[in-house]
Amino acid sequence: MRMKFFIFLGVFGLASSAMLVTAALPAGGTITGKVTFTGTPPKMRPIDMAKEPYCQKLHNPPIKTQDVESGPGDTLEDVVVYISVGDQASTPASTPVRYDQKGCQYVPHVAVMETNQPLQIYTNDPLAHNIHPLPKQNAEWNKSQPPGAPPIDTKWEKPEFIPVKCNIHPWMHGYFVVLKTSHYGVSGADGTYQIKNVPPGKYTLTAWQEHMGTQTQEVTVSGAETKANFTFKALPY
Amino acid sequence: MGKFFAVILVLITLTSVYPIIAHTWWPPPTISTTGPSVDHQMDETMVGTGVLFVSSQLILAGFVWVFGGRKEKIKGWPGGHRPVVAFAIILVGLEILSLSFVGSKVWAAMYMPSPNAQALHVDVQAEQFAFFFRYAGPDGVFGGIHPEKISDASGNYFGLDPENDVAARDDIVVGSLYVPVNTPILLTLHAKDVIHNFYVPELRLQQDIVPGLDIPLHFTVTKTGHYEIVCTQLCGLGHYSMRGFLEVVSQSEFDTWLKQQSGD
Repeated sequence: MRMKFFIFLGVFGLASSAMLVTAALPAGGTITGKVTFTGTPPKMRPIDMAKEPYCQKLHNPPIKTQDVESGPGDTLEDVVVYISVGDQASTPASTPVRYDQKGCQYVPHVAVMETNQPLQIYTNDPLAHNIHPLPKQNAEWNKSQPPGAPPIDTKWEKPEFIPVKCNIHPWMHGYFVVLKTSHYGVSGADGTYQIKNVPPGKYTLTAWQEHMGTQTQEVTVSGAETKANFTFKALPY
Repeated sequence: MGKFFAVILVLITLTSVYPIIAHTWWPPPTISTTGPSVDHQMDETMVGTGVLFVSSQLILAGFVWVFGGRKEKIKGWPGGHRPVVAFAIILVGLEILSLSFVGSKVWAAMYMPSPNAQALHVDVQAEQFAFFFRYAGPDGVFGGIHPEKISDASGNYFGLDPENDVAARDDIVVGSLYVPVNTPILLTLHAKDVIHNFYVPELRLQQDIVPGLDIPLHFTVTKTGHYEIVCTQLCGLGHYSMRGFLEVVSQSEFDTWLKQQSGD
């Protein structure tokens, strides 16, 4: 009987302290915004996949290079917006990030992940690929995947923007964006992004576009939603 | 037993000669103006070497037939062996020399003459593991090549600098070689990384592409169609997949195609 009482007391104590801790943690806000550009962006070139008739047939009309993906209203897609200063350290997400080699193209074009987060690289094409990430801080490697090969399981230890190419198909190009933070967003086709569950505080927000570089701005998250728009300057060449 | 081997020898000889005479594994029909002379040279080589091959095998078979069953050793050739060896050396030497002389004439006729001044100029970039082709665009002038500007990511396979080089802005870069039929074509071959090769069996042309060199290659195609361009220098792990296509079309089709490309 006495024993049961102590167990009850212990459980109660633990539960109440957990509640207190939860109450002490601030509720997460959301940072949203739109990424646009001014000026004239470079013209994206159609990719000629003539040497791989299988892939060429899949893309009609041919897809274009993706280093600047602009949309109506001068919006920019695939811009990574993340907290670069002021974020608390957190354990990396354990959900694997999926990266596909599909129709001789990398999907998504920009894959964002945290350091040490599992990364799985799939191939869906009936032809061989040889994926070759080109990091400077992390270790460089390249791996072949013949048709039907199992996914490559890997991860990156250091934060870095890693260009990715295929050693067999020179036009295949993408990026692994490895971040220290779990707070990031990627702009969609309409140029908007969203970073969820950001605790109140002052942060430096960085927007990265593979061709135009980076931009930063200071933000203060206090309420439920904080706005932060980015405007890049585009040059035709 | 000796007679049996003699028969086997004759059979092997005749079986080997048959596919050559019947053109069983002959290259596909040629489509270039210089192709027939290459084929002719090939035939001459085959006849010359074939006559020597067949006669030497038949003589061998004759010897095996006649002397195969004998126990005693052959003492020597009647009149000594020297004249026979000298005759063989002179015969084979003449054969090789004449093939080289005639062959070099064919080669020179393809490579030595200056390309036609009106030739359509196409720039070729070979890289691991694809070919890219560049046309001068509406201004008729090629932009300069700047190796440090080469970027596969942005499709700048030739290293053009459109920012500072006006001529480069309208250059057309594609993955297939489109050419009009019956028009002299002049290719300038470049390699980005390692040694590659430009080979179109139907053109009877095979040319190494060496990094750092601008290698000219000219030809005229006489038949429209879709042909494969392959790399025949082992250039890395994706070498097996390094190919492109030669599309030979009529002049009007070519003009339409070129216009479409520059309008993009």
